[in-house]
Amino acid sequence: MAFFEQLGILALTPGMVVMWLIGVTLMYLAITKEYEPLLLLPIGFGVLVANLPLTGLMIPGEGLVWRFYHYGVEWEVIPPLIFLGLGAHTDFGPLLSQPRLIFLGAGAQGGVYATFFAAHAFGFTLQESATIGIIGGADGPTTIFLAAQLAPHLLGACAVAAYSYMALVPIIQPPIMRLLTTESERKIRMKKARKVTAREKLLFPVAATIVIVLLVPASAPLIAMFMMGNLFRESKVVERLTDTAQNALMNIVTIFLGVTVGATMTAETFLRGDVIFIFVLGLVAFSVSTACGLLLAKLMNLFTNDKINPLVGAAGVSAVPMAARVAHKMGAEADKKNYLLMFAMGPNVSGVIGTVVAAGIFLRMLG
Amino acid sequence: MAEEVLAPLAGKVLSVAVAVGDAVEEDDELLVLEAMKMETVVYAPADGTVGSITAQVGQQVEEDDPLMTLD
Repeated sequence: MAFFEQLGILALTPGMVVMWLIGVTLMYLAITKEYEPLLLLPIGFGVLVANLPLTGLMIPGEGLVWRFYHYGVEWEVIPPLIFLGLGAHTDFGPLLSQPRLIFLGAGAQGGVYATFFAAHAFGFTLQESATIGIIGGADGPTTIFLAAQLAPHLLGACAVAAYSYMALVPIIQPPIMRLLTTESERKIRMKKARKVTAREKLLFPVAATIVIVLLVPASAPLIAMFMMGNLFRESKVVERLTDTAQNALMNIVTIFLGVTVGATMTAETFLRGDVIFIFVLGLVAFSVSTACGLLLAKLMNLFTNDKINPLVGAAGVSAVPMAARVAHKMGAEADKKNYLLMFAMGPNVSGVIGTVVAAGIFLRMLG
Repeated sequence: MAEEVLAPLAGKVLSVAVAVGDAVEEDDELLVLEAMKMETVVYAPADGTVGSITAQVGQQVEEDDPLMTLD
């Protein structure tokens, strides 16, 4: 009899089977469509194993994947390590050459705040609303960082929503961009930016850390690691550390992050009506952020002769570099000799900072 | 007078579509750069004949680096 009680198949619930389908779908999208495969593949597999009965993988204090979750995510270790790698990958040159574009990265966080208020109006708690709103930043690690502290029960849904929308940037953004810009605006060729010196690039991560952390101390774990990674890169004297942060370390923590996020998506926490609502609100957040970036660029154009192509405003959502690529492609569609990529990278990287700052503000207010 | 074709952005030269002596018209494809894992085509700024090509396939170029000249 005891043998039968330990058979997993007898403890299987319909909800678990539904979660298998979700896990398999994520793996399918990762493998065949190559939608964010580095994340969605381990997430999909994590969903599958977390919904196999009697495994104990997520039992607090005992389970293997619970340990990854507890020490990696709850202890705030993995998202900052991802940011170390992102910093080592990031070239702030496009931002430094046109500092005014930083406003677009800040403006494109409009969807985060708008959705925060909207989600609260629909009955979510303030903490849950902040976690849902941050999806609008289209920044996976920041979403996970905030969710783990404010609304851990929403972590899986919000992380999958953030990564899904990051993967769907080329599908979601273009219609909004076409709707809110004219053909002649999309043709605007931006003036060549000035050359940025190596010294400016070196000083930026140090100065930015001081300024941002003084203003929003709660953003320190992500900003400090992001800027340290960038300092490695720009110092040119620690190639080994830069390489490790960019590749080996990033890959290792990505594995743990992916499977852990997937494993938080059990049938009890995921198969609820409000999860679908979270996906809808996340999409609204992301769309509004895109629109805010575009509209802010148009507003800035009213006060300057040196026109900004509004498309680069849409890159203020932080999905790097997909959003910048989309702005470039849309610009090239209107005028094939319009090369917006590097201009769009400015708002794009400042969008990363903007999302982290938004998360820091939420943490300070609600944590 | 020769017109220099400059790199519109930093990237790696993926392919060169023309050879020295080829006649090209404005907006013809000259070469393809890869930046941020995206292909970007560089088009002829004017009608002319390819005078010299400095860009080599696989070469990393910076913004405004000369790629070729059109006579």
